[in-house]
Amino acid sequence: MTHTSTVEPLAAKDYASDQEVRWCPGCGDYAILKAVLKTLADLQVPRERTVFVSGIGCSSRFPYYVSSYGFHTIHGRAPTLATGIKLANPELDVWVITGDGDGLSIGGNHMLHVLRRNVNLQIILFNNEIYGLTKGQYSPTSRQGTRSPSTPAGSVDYPVSPGAFALGAGARFIARSIDTLQPHLVGVLKRAHAHRGASFLEVFQNCVVFNDEVFADFTDKGAAPASQLPVEHGKPLLFGKGKDKGLRLNTTTLQLEVVTLGQDGVTEADVVVHDERNKGLAGMLLALQPPAFPMALGVVYCDPAPTYEEAVYAQIPAGANAAQADIGKLLHQGQTWTVAG
Amino acid sequence: MTTTSPVSPFRETRDHVVIRFAGDSGDGMQLTGSQFTVETALAGNDLATFPDYPAEIRAPAGTTFGVSAFQIHFGTTDIRTAGDEVDVLVAMNPAALSVNLRDLRVGGTIVADVGSFSERNLTKAGYSANPLEDGSLTPYQVVKLDVSKLTLDAVESFGLGQKEALRCRNMWALGLMLWMYDRDRQATVSWLNKKFAKRPELARANVAALNAGHAFGETAEMGAIVGYRVAPAVAEPGEYRTVSGTEALAWGLLAGVRAAGLQKLFFGSYPITPASSLLHTLAGLKPQGVVTFQAEDEIAAIGAAIGASYAGALGVTSSSGPGVALKAEALGLAIATELPLVLVNSQRAGPSTGMPTKTEQSDLYQAVLGRNADAPLVVLAAATPGDCFPVAVEAVRLATKYMTPVILLTDGYLANAAEPWLIPNVDEIPTFPVRFRTDPRGFHPFVRDAKTLARAWAIPGTPGLEHRIGGIERDHDSGHISYDPDNHERMTRVRAAKIAGVANDIPLQETTEGPPRGKLAVVGWGSTYGPILQAVRQAREDGLEVSHVHLRYLSPFPRNLGALLDGFDNVMVPEMNNGQLVNLLRAAYLVPAQGLNKIQGKPFKVREVLEAIRGAIR
Repeated sequence: MTHTSTVEPLAAKDYASDQEVRWCPGCGDYAILKAVLKTLADLQVPRERTVFVSGIGCSSRFPYYVSSYGFHTIHGRAPTLATGIKLANPELDVWVITGDGDGLSIGGNHMLHVLRRNVNLQIILFNNEIYGLTKGQYSPTSRQGTRSPSTPAGSVDYPVSPGAFALGAGARFIARSIDTLQPHLVGVLKRAHAHRGASFLEVFQNCVVFNDEVFADFTDKGAAPASQLPVEHGKPLLFGKGKDKGLRLNTTTLQLEVVTLGQDGVTEADVVVHDERNKGLAGMLLALQPPAFPMALGVVYCDPAPTYEEAVYAQIPAGANAAQADIGKLLHQGQTWTVAG
Repeated sequence: MTTTSPVSPFRETRDHVVIRFAGDSGDGMQLTGSQFTVETALAGNDLATFPDYPAEIRAPAGTTFGVSAFQIHFGTTDIRTAGDEVDVLVAMNPAALSVNLRDLRVGGTIVADVGSFSERNLTKAGYSANPLEDGSLTPYQVVKLDVSKLTLDAVESFGLGQKEALRCRNMWALGLMLWMYDRDRQATVSWLNKKFAKRPELARANVAALNAGHAFGETAEMGAIVGYRVAPAVAEPGEYRTVSGTEALAWGLLAGVRAAGLQKLFFGSYPITPASSLLHTLAGLKPQGVVTFQAEDEIAAIGAAIGASYAGALGVTSSSGPGVALKAEALGLAIATELPLVLVNSQRAGPSTGMPTKTEQSDLYQAVLGRNADAPLVVLAAATPGDCFPVAVEAVRLATKYMTPVILLTDGYLANAAEPWLIPNVDEIPTFPVRFRTDPRGFHPFVRDAKTLARAWAIPGTPGLEHRIGGIERDHDSGHISYDPDNHERMTRVRAAKIAGVANDIPLQETTEGPPRGKLAVVGWGSTYGPILQAVRQAREDGLEVSHVHLRYLSPFPRNLGALLDGFDNVMVPEMNNGQLVNLLRAAYLVPAQGLNKIQGKPFKVREVLEAIRGAIR
């Protein structure tokens, strides 16, 4: 990096643009913005090499509020623009900001492909289980029975699970956090940034206007200890007040089950230890749903592989440069003939 | 290079000839035609080709809908079209005869493989009696040869199975036609050896079939097999090659990016007929700084191209009509954010899936008008395969200079057709270096160059220029989100003025043939160039006051076009669509232009345009 200004570290506020933030008062997006700005400052990322790319929706206004480069594109297509940016200049540090409608409905196909290709970028999916900017229609992550202007009698379709979708698409990094869980969210953002390849981060984000408290069953302060499972690589899957509960693998059903330490002779040794490289375990953790199970949070899956840009550029000779292309040689290749003057 | 074989005293001289090779889609007719083209180009003839093949990759053998054909028109004179009428039809089976006979001129020659005229194949082709026997072909000269058997005899010693041996039939037929028109075979032999390098016995068998066909012509004493001589064409001195529109386009795009001084040509594309060949060609140019991306869909292809342009490469995407429809929203984003982009549309017959392998010019409205809102951009069209090269360079120039998407229209005919091409001197291509903005002082993303009205190209990675852009209306200066009514009107008008201003940066429209005034202007665009030019020349030789005007610039039009058309009593617009340019001209200049429309998935014949000219002047 060739940033030569005096070594005054940038503060979180230096990563904020001069634009007035225009989300509804109390929107979870504010908290996510705050966590991202703090992450950028903690990591001291160079602003000139950072690009935020978004689609359409409330969350997608995000790039306007960061003082890096930013591109607010069209509905669902942010991963495509981001892929082009990374292929044109792999040195850029690219973040994709999307929502449940943008990323999993109109842009579901692009989400699938950017993940399977393993383009080296960070994707933050703000999941509020509703269409906010179009005034409250149910979204592809809305639970069955969601009443909305377009589903007055309740939605009938089954929701998609973002994490399970990402895993199925071949994502190599899948994490979850909650808008209000600031230190946790910052920690996960840093992991996502450090991961080489496509990082998929689902953030449960509260929409105060159209879907308030939809995640209350596991985000309420009172409910949190019993209904949140913060996973950490190499640590047992414990949760509950005083970490008295854990997840054990039932070897008969091949499913996780909740056990209480000290009951029926259960000890910590019976509890599954989190291995973030274990895809099978990741699948089981991502499928857990409250209230029967806690919601798994943190880095659920991380198993790096070569990135898409690396593979693409491995096929391009070093120093290939269109500005110096030998077009004359190209045109004279193959069979030619000369007409004498 | 000149033809080396001595002129046989027994060869009749021909000025120009049209041959059509026709067979099953698995018979290798496209390869046969392509090789005949190479040998003909090397013999110094001018030529034009027309590959015509079905959408089905391998339709059931022997059926009429599975017929694949390759037509070549070559001669001593200036050749501009693939030819109105066929002089020689090589029919590898009854279906090929049945489908193509209507284009054969009376007195023309049919070379038929009687070995394939079985009861079963005749039935599949819809014949109740064998046309080779029932006298229905008396208006033509019929050469009946058992090509199948002669091929099997020729390749017998190579130990191939019956099926593989019969696959050499096309080379036998090619050998005979090469003898008939006095062409060399060496390029084809080299090509076969390379193509079958891993199976040398197949290479040897194909060469043997080729030689056997040639020897058959030399030794046969059959009245209808006559050797011809078609002398080399008089051409401008220099080095030549054959070029397809796709090749010229790929090389032209790269030449444009080089002239712009950009390091990368980024090409995002999704497979679609007939545009995929551009992806294939560019995918082979990675050592020259080309990055290709086969996207998950048409939208991702253009999205990635826009992203690449944003990051400082030249983003290019390509498709055909249905795919371009999917790209429309993203085109709007490129217009709104004012980023350079080239979109190539290889037009095909539509709407919807239409006829994917058949050519048409029916996406002009889509290119000029087909977006939501007031969304102007530059539209160019290539006229011939070779013309794709300079038009591609021009597309890159305008896209980068004016920070705008440019749509380049070709069509299925141009993409596949080949012609001899005087290889341009690439050092003579004027450069138009891009200067990325680097100075942070006074940088406002939407401040414009006073002359071009283009905004600065400020790419991520540049310290001090961090800024945000997007599809929401931007303030005319800062680029920040703006819902200000006056700002929106101002931005809409400036976007229009920027594109309109391109008219001051392109050549004045001239006539291709004839003076800039007269009784009739025949105005064309795209691949109708050849037939219109030929027809206008013939009409002028007949004394008619007609001129040919051919448009490369369709949006904006050249600034003198209205005045030029005013110099004619009448304006006729031949198009392979139901009338699109004709209406754009009427709207722009209030001229009483009349359309001449052919919507059959096939190029115009010279005769069709000529008759219309006569009708219009009478």
